[in-house]
Amino acid sequence: MLEMLIQCVFLENLALSLFLGMCTFLAVSKKVDTAVGLGIAVVIVQTITTPINNLLETYILREGALAWTGVDALAKLDLSFLSVITFIGVIAAIVQILEMTLDRFFPPLYNALGIFLPLITVNCAILAGSLFMQQKGLDFQKSAMYGVCSGLGWAVAIILMAGVREKLTYSNVPKGLRGVGISFIAAGLIAMSFMCFSGIKLN
Amino acid sequence: MSEKTLNALYDPLFKNNPIALQVLGICSALAVTTSLNTALTMSIAVTIVAAFSNLAISLIRNIIPGSIRMIIEMTIIASLVIVVDKVIQAVAPDISKSLSVFVSLIITNCIVMGRAEAFAIKNPPIESFLDGLGNGLGYSLVLISIGFIRELFGFGTLFGITVLKPVSEGGWYQPNGLLVLAPGAFFLVAGFIWLLRTIKPELAEMED
Repeated sequence: MLEMLIQCVFLENLALSLFLGMCTFLAVSKKVDTAVGLGIAVVIVQTITTPINNLLETYILREGALAWTGVDALAKLDLSFLSVITFIGVIAAIVQILEMTLDRFFPPLYNALGIFLPLITVNCAILAGSLFMQQKGLDFQKSAMYGVCSGLGWAVAIILMAGVREKLTYSNVPKGLRGVGISFIAAGLIAMSFMCFSGIKLN
Repeated sequence: MSEKTLNALYDPLFKNNPIALQVLGICSALAVTTSLNTALTMSIAVTIVAAFSNLAISLIRNIIPGSIRMIIEMTIIASLVIVVDKVIQAVAPDISKSLSVFVSLIITNCIVMGRAEAFAIKNPPIESFLDGLGNGLGYSLVLISIGFIRELFGFGTLFGITVLKPVSEGGWYQPNGLLVLAPGAFFLVAGFIWLLRTIKPELAEMED
């Protein structure tokens, strides 16, 4: 379990080594507190969607997954070509449900996270989490773990990035690089420092 | 064709490049550019999806109810992506393997979704198609130039053919490993943006 945590947060960081969720990563990392809010929202959504998509994958989409229905024609069906569209649908639906639930039962939390939730549907880190889960063939328990860990990795990355960018406002950056350009260089440097973790093995 | 129609095609190439200026679709631009083959395949895939999703959405723009238009756009894009993904798997299985999940991730690529939402939903089909095509090509332009630099200086090859013979094979070129890794991609995109904004200073961001 700890191994997976290290792997997802430091070695295969969704944002820094796989470049996922870059658009939001660059757009919402100007202030640390908004970055923390978005980071938490990503962890929550990732934790819920990955295992749910895993269940769908195991019981409906995978080749022969419909065998539990007992119908012969269904048992031979391979619906895996529908997986991408299913996953994105599930993600959009869960984000919507989460938004409504928070609004109804936890208004303070909704006020803090509310604006970030719609952004998450189009965050490719979330969809990628489910796709990697499918690719790696994780079981239900592992996929839940993978959801939490990969979400955490993304959150750590964006919070670090926001910290760096807050400091950057005080520096004199060449004109053409201001804004997006320098953020890319900062992200590159953070990614480089994360490479120092490569080679860590827990056994 | 009128000038406005043609501008829909040409603008996104330089004047309003989706990656360098609108900062959309960065994820895949960084991830698939370690070699020219994958960059080229990805470019074609994104251009096709962007053009045809724009066309399809524009054709039905007057009958989509406003409240569910995002879901409809997403479904159209997702179906196109599945088709493209299957075609790549059939035609070029090796490249499909090295692109891994990134073809499927075109669904959440902000360029495709962004153009559908910003352009196709309120413009006639032909212009929308050209707008999608133009943005796809603008994306391809950046992707292929980054892929070119990363493959040439990272491995000393182009399309897998050795151009600069690396030291490990008895040649003279010492490959720059940094370019192949994640940070190199970030630095290159930063450089690209810098270059574009130095040539056209009016594009630089306002101070906030």
